[in-house]
Amino acid sequence: MSKPAPPRLSIRHGRLIDPLHAVDTHADVHLADGRVVAIGAAPDGFQPERELDASGCLVVPGLIDLCARLREPGLERKATIRSETQAAAASGITSLCCPPDTDPVIDTPAVAQLIRQTAQRYGYARVLPAGSLTHGLAGTQLSEMAALKHAGCPVLSHADRPIRNTRVQRRALEYAATFGMTCFLHPCDADLSDGGLVHEGRVSTRLGLPGIPEAAETVAVARDLALAEQTGARIHFRGLSTARATAMLAEARARGVAVTADVSAHQLFLTENDVDHFAANAYVLPPLRTESDRQALRAAVARGEITAICSDHQPHEDDAKQAPFPRIQPGISALETLLPLTLQLVTDGVLSLNQAIAMLTCQPAAILNSKRGHLAINARADVCVIDPNKIWILNEHTMRSRGLNTPFLNQELRGQVQWTILNGRVVFEQSPVQYC
Amino acid sequence: MTCAPPNNPNTALQLDAHGRLRHFLTLDGLSRAHLIDILDRAEGFLGIARQAIKKVPLCRGKIIANLFFENSTRTRTTFELAAKRLSADVLNLNVNTSATAKGETLLDTLRNLEAMHVDMFVVRHADSGAAHFIARHTAAHVSVINAGDGRHSHPTQGMLDMFTIRQHKGDFTRLKVAIVGDVLHSRVARSQITALTTLGVEDVRIIAPRTLIPAHAEATFGVTVYHDLRAGVRDVDVVIMLRLQRERMDGGFIPSEQEYFRLFGLTEKRLATAKPDAIVMHPGPINRGVEMDSRVADGPRSVILEQVSNGLAVRMAIMSLCIGAHNFNMNQQDAADE
Repeated sequence: MSKPAPPRLSIRHGRLIDPLHAVDTHADVHLADGRVVAIGAAPDGFQPERELDASGCLVVPGLIDLCARLREPGLERKATIRSETQAAAASGITSLCCPPDTDPVIDTPAVAQLIRQTAQRYGYARVLPAGSLTHGLAGTQLSEMAALKHAGCPVLSHADRPIRNTRVQRRALEYAATFGMTCFLHPCDADLSDGGLVHEGRVSTRLGLPGIPEAAETVAVARDLALAEQTGARIHFRGLSTARATAMLAEARARGVAVTADVSAHQLFLTENDVDHFAANAYVLPPLRTESDRQALRAAVARGEITAICSDHQPHEDDAKQAPFPRIQPGISALETLLPLTLQLVTDGVLSLNQAIAMLTCQPAAILNSKRGHLAINARADVCVIDPNKIWILNEHTMRSRGLNTPFLNQELRGQVQWTILNGRVVFEQSPVQYC
Repeated sequence: MTCAPPNNPNTALQLDAHGRLRHFLTLDGLSRAHLIDILDRAEGFLGIARQAIKKVPLCRGKIIANLFFENSTRTRTTFELAAKRLSADVLNLNVNTSATAKGETLLDTLRNLEAMHVDMFVVRHADSGAAHFIARHTAAHVSVINAGDGRHSHPTQGMLDMFTIRQHKGDFTRLKVAIVGDVLHSRVARSQITALTTLGVEDVRIIAPRTLIPAHAEATFGVTVYHDLRAGVRDVDVVIMLRLQRERMDGGFIPSEQEYFRLFGLTEKRLATAKPDAIVMHPGPINRGVEMDSRVADGPRSVILEQVSNGLAVRMAIMSLCIGAHNFNMNQQDAADE
């Protein structure tokens, strides 16, 4: 049973921003057969089946999130592929990369295919499983990376479980480089971070919580940069949190090392102080750091050393946060704040609007080596239409993710997705259908 | 009563609308007036131990549950005795051996006890923040007293230490106080430091090797860090020794107990640089020959056993305040007893 062809769509009167091609103009966008067929005037004889009125809205490529956990397979009590891809669609995200720490781990083609097929069946967002670097995320035996690539894993990762053994890490990077696969690494020294809960600093000292020192990140960054240089592997640092690590990244990039990095949106807004008084919803790994770290991360984003902002979405059931602080599970439900927080960086003067959109579209696409993330003629019709001035409140009524675990709960956010289009089909609309 | 800084969330959690204690979780966020009030009230309870009938009816008809998720005979015993002297009914629950072993969550355990109409939980737990968590999730009429949570806070111990210092030294503002030992893992030290600075002590010193000093201690606590015991105790009025928690030494924080004692163990000779009338304190239990020499522990300057007796009066004061017996007048009580 095959789906009918995607409809012919015209997105009218919007402001088209396509950072890859430096386009920022008021122009209509016309879609057919799942692709962009024209920008500006419609092709001769083009009869749209539907027109979307994007007056006052931004028309941008569908957003690409480099790290979002969907919890399926294995942790369906927290969330499912269906619930979270639906939340992604409502957040303008058309492609997302999920880390391999599912149960079972994404270390075989079967698991990778299961995730992709489940996502395809619901059709809300394209899910790109990151294959595990080692078997069972155990950090000892290499996974079958070629098979994972063939099964649709564009990148490899070890989720947030660092490979303790540096020799295994070296072999994993080397083997991945054989197939030209990028490795997503969460830089965190396994021993220095062991048992730690929050940034080692004033708050950990006052609350008596075991700290994670800055060196847990910088030691790992130094190790992985050295291994990348030695092996020629292409590495991507997932979720930097410290000022020193951003300096090391910039220095390595200047030297020509094949390395990129992203930051989780919440790291650009929150600090260790947000965990004070045992605030369960602000417990994340890597931990929220100091104000000067936050400023350095913003500066690295502004200078283009960090080239992507991602959600690091980790939905939880209520029970996961209902315990004394050392027993709760880390992570923020973050799909729905990714776009508004990134747009807030424009208001805060960190990024231009075009740069902000690039952080969520063409730049993460480049890290994934994906052809999406732009809106040229014949590009895949993944589109997000945003009302940039719409103010809304994040709460249990507006959130679509199963996880309500966010420190931004009940806060006002600016910028709301009106329509999300995946492969030429409307997969989300905010308001009732508006025909012109 | 003056209120603590309004933007400290501990204030909203611990105090009622009239600024009175509802829970007793941490000293952080309490004002000097709150602490003085507790000390004054404890003063009144001190005499009860010497009366023929060692009970007052302040908590008569109330149920107080000692919820100990971490073993502690001494602390539990003083809380139990304090509750009984206040005429409360006391339940002792060693939770680590019963409910949680069967997989019951902490919230389920709480709900069950609430259903028995318990009025107060006295909680000890190995996790920092456990008392806060329980206070945030308990029914409105239930008070929570923190009897030690992880490395975070042990506020009743902090207050009984202040009580003991006040008995010997009177005014806090001119004192120099040294705290020696494993500050990193010590909930007692955190509560003592907060209490001392709140009560106006300007010269608080912490003395330990770098591995046992928490990050940014000086900036966080407003203390001075010393790594040399002799220099650290010079001219101090009070020396507080901390227990070296052997069970928390698995990370290799010090090479050996011998070297620790050689450098940071309190001996009569090392104490000689302190003021002649300096007192020596320890929250107990003491590792003799590790933190301090027996001659100091049992010597004339040691007030360690006084700390234990004072613990009872201070805990009675805190429990009666939290349970709402605010208008108790000790003199009236004396009259009623006669």
